[in-house]
Amino acid sequence: MFDALTSRMSRTLAGLRSRGRINPVDLESTCGEIRTALLEADVALIVVDQLITEVKRRGLEAISLKQAGINPAQQVITIIHEEILKVLGTNLRPLAQAKKPPTKIMLAGLQGSGKTTLAGKLALWLKEQGNTPLLVACDLVRPNAVTQLQIIGEQIGVPVFAPEPGNGSGNPISVAKAGLDHAEQKLFNYVIFDTAGRLGVDVELMKEARAIKSAITPDDTLFVVDAMTGQDAVNTANAFNSGVGIDGVVLTKVDGDARAGAALSVTSVIGKPILFLSTGEKSSEFEPFYPDRMAQRILGMGDVATLADQAKKALDEKSAARLEEKFISGEDFTFDDFLEQLQAMKKMGSMTKLLGMLPGLPGAQGAQMKKQIEALDDSETDRAAAIIQSMTPHERNNPKIINGSRRLRIARGSGNEVSSVNRLLERFAGAQKAMKQMKNIRPGAMPQIPGLGAPPAQRPPQRAGKKSRSGNPAKRAEEERG
Amino acid sequence: MSLLSRFTSLFTREDRASVDWQDLEATLIASDIGPTLAKKISDRLHDEKKLTLEVALGELLISADRSLVSAESPPTVILVVGVNGSGKTTSVGKLAARLHAQGASVVVVAADTFRAAAREQLQTWATRIGVTCVGGKDGADPAAVAFDGVSQAVDQGADYVIIDTAGRLQTKEGLMDQLGKIRRVVEKKAPVSEVLLVLDGSTGQNALSQGASFTSAVQVTGLVLTKLDGSSKGGAALAIEATLGIPIKLIGTGEGLSDIAPFEPDSYIAALVGR
Repeated sequence: MFDALTSRMSRTLAGLRSRGRINPVDLESTCGEIRTALLEADVALIVVDQLITEVKRRGLEAISLKQAGINPAQQVITIIHEEILKVLGTNLRPLAQAKKPPTKIMLAGLQGSGKTTLAGKLALWLKEQGNTPLLVACDLVRPNAVTQLQIIGEQIGVPVFAPEPGNGSGNPISVAKAGLDHAEQKLFNYVIFDTAGRLGVDVELMKEARAIKSAITPDDTLFVVDAMTGQDAVNTANAFNSGVGIDGVVLTKVDGDARAGAALSVTSVIGKPILFLSTGEKSSEFEPFYPDRMAQRILGMGDVATLADQAKKALDEKSAARLEEKFISGEDFTFDDFLEQLQAMKKMGSMTKLLGMLPGLPGAQGAQMKKQIEALDDSETDRAAAIIQSMTPHERNNPKIINGSRRLRIARGSGNEVSSVNRLLERFAGAQKAMKQMKNIRPGAMPQIPGLGAPPAQRPPQRAGKKSRSGNPAKRAEEERG
Repeated sequence: MSLLSRFTSLFTREDRASVDWQDLEATLIASDIGPTLAKKISDRLHDEKKLTLEVALGELLISADRSLVSAESPPTVILVVGVNGSGKTTSVGKLAARLHAQGASVVVVAADTFRAAAREQLQTWATRIGVTCVGGKDGADPAAVAFDGVSQAVDQGADYVIIDTAGRLQTKEGLMDQLGKIRRVVEKKAPVSEVLLVLDGSTGQNALSQGASFTSAVQVTGLVLTKLDGSSKGGAALAIEATLGIPIKLIGTGEGLSDIAPFEPDSYIAALVGR
C-alpha cells in the first residue's frame, strides 16, 4: 500500500540521508520533491501546503541551530515523519463504547466506498473480541444491498436485521429504529447500521442520513472513504461532516497501490481520527489504524509491527509454541511444518499484502523486488499446499528421499508439472536452511515463514554495505540466505 | 462551480500579467488531473500567448472515435471491468437500458461470482429493464459463466451481450490474469468488441495505475466515467486519456437507469472549467 508515495519518498529521503549537512537551498528543493510526491498520492493541496510550510519552518530552524552531534539531514527526515504523524494522529481514539449497551455505530459514505463490506468486517472484528453485534440493513436503495448484507452476515455468523427487502422501497429511518429496538430487546451489545451510499451534494439524501442519525443517536458515526479518492476527498468529508456529523473515519481498499492521500486529507480537514483500515475483500481483512505505523510506511520504513500482529493472530499459540520448541530442540523442519505455515499465511491474508508491510528497499532494486513479490499470490500458496498434500507422510518428514519417480507421482497427484514440484523442493530447501540458521541466531523468535522469500531463482541481490540485521526474522533470514 | 472559471476569462482576454500562476496550477491539481499535467498546462499557457485554458485542456483529449464499436456479426460483446465499487454493475444496467431503449436486444451476464449478491443486483436491473440476465452460482468460474452468457446470446440472436465482472484492485495479479482468461474463453465463442474500464469520477491519481494495469491485462478500449453527479470533476480520466490514449466513451451522471450518456469533450471541458 501507498507504494507510489513510499517509493518517491524513499528516493527523496535517500538523497537527503546520504548528505551530512543540508543548506536552505537543499531544504527548498527537497520540500518541492515532497510536495509533488504528496500531490501525486492525492493528498489534498491545502493539506500538502500546510505540511510543507511546517516542514520548511522547522527545517530552517534545525539548520540554523546546527547542534553538535545531530545530523541536519536526519533531522529533516524526523520533521517530515513527525508532521505526517501529527496529521494522522489527530484525536486518535478507539471505537466508542456506550455506557449502557448496545453501542450504536452508523456507517455513511459515498456509493461504492465499501460500506456494506465494511459493516461485515467490523461485525466480525467485534464478534472475535467476544461481543454480540447485530447488523441492520438500512441501504434500501442499491439493488440487493440488503441481500448482500444478509449473505455476509451468514458467512461471518452475525445476525442481520432486515425487515425490508430494499431495492428502492421501504423507509430506512423506520428500519433503523426497529433495528435498534430489536437489538435492545435481544440484548445485542453492538448495532451496526449500514446506510445507502449518497453524494455530498445531494441535499435530500444528506437530510435522510441526518434523520436516521437523530432517530438512533449513534455513539459513533463513521465516514467510510475509499483510499483511492482524489482531491475531492476534502469536499466530500466536509459535506458529510456538516451534513451528517462524523465522529471517525474508516479507510477502505487500502490493499491497492498508492494513495495515502485520502487518509491525510480527511483527518486533517475535518480533524477526526481514522479508526480502521479495510485491507482486502475477505471479511477478516480489517485492522485498527495506527498512525505511527502508517507514517513509517509512508516514509518507507515498513510496517513490521502490523505484520507481527497478524502473524500472532494467524499462527495459533499452540502451533507457534510447538514450532518454537522444534527450533530450540534442533529438530528438522519438515514439509508438515511448511504446510502448517503456508496455511497460517493464508489466514493472515494474501502474500502481496503481507509483504507490502515489510520495509521497502529504496530505488530500482526495491521496485524490482516489489514486483517479484506481487507476482506471488494465494494461488501459489494453494499450489504448494496441493503438492505437499500429495506427498506421503514419510516423504514429508524425509524430503531427501524424493527422487525422480516420486517427483513424477507427486506432480501427477497434485495436478502439476514436475518442474513445479522441483521448484517447491528448492524453495523448501532454502527455507529449511534459513530455519537452521535462525535457530543459531535467536532461539524462540517468531518462526520464519518460508513462503515469504522470493523463489531462489528470483532472489534479489543483497543490499550492499549493510551494517545491521533487520529486526524482522523473515527479512533477516532472507538477507542471510542472500 | 469550478474554481477554474476564475481563470478562463483571464486567458480569453490574453491578459497574462494578472495571472497568479501558482494559483492556477493549484486549481488544476484540485481537479485531479495530477501535478505533472497541471504544471504542463500552466507552462503552456505561460508561453503561448494565444492559448486559452479550454483549448489547452481540450488538447489533452485524443481525437478518437468515442462511439461504441459493434461487431460485424451480432452479438457485439462488451466486457466491463474495474476496481471494487467503481460502479460496474450499475453501468452495465444503464448501458443495457440505453441499448434496449434504442431497440437492440441485450443479454447481460453476471460474471461477478465473488461479491455477495452481485448476481442478484444485476438480475434486479435486468428485470427492471426487461433484458435477459445470465448468471452462475456464487464462487463459479467467472470465465465459464461469461462463456455461457455469450453462448446464450448467440443462440438467442441477441444484438449485444454485456459482461459484468467482479471488482478487482489492479495490484492483484491473480485476479488480473483471471480477466485475461475471461476474455480468451469468451473469444472462443465470439470476438470481444469493447472492453470498458469503469472509473469512479472521484478517483485520484491511482486512476493512472488502474488504466495501465487493466489495459495490460485485457486491452481496455474505452473508459466509463461514473459518479459525475457529485462534487468531483473526474480530471483523472483526462489524465488517463492524455497519458494512455484510452478514450472516455461514456459518463454516468446519476442513479437512474437513464443516467448514462456518451462522452462529449466540449461539455466535459466546460464543466471542468466551470462554465
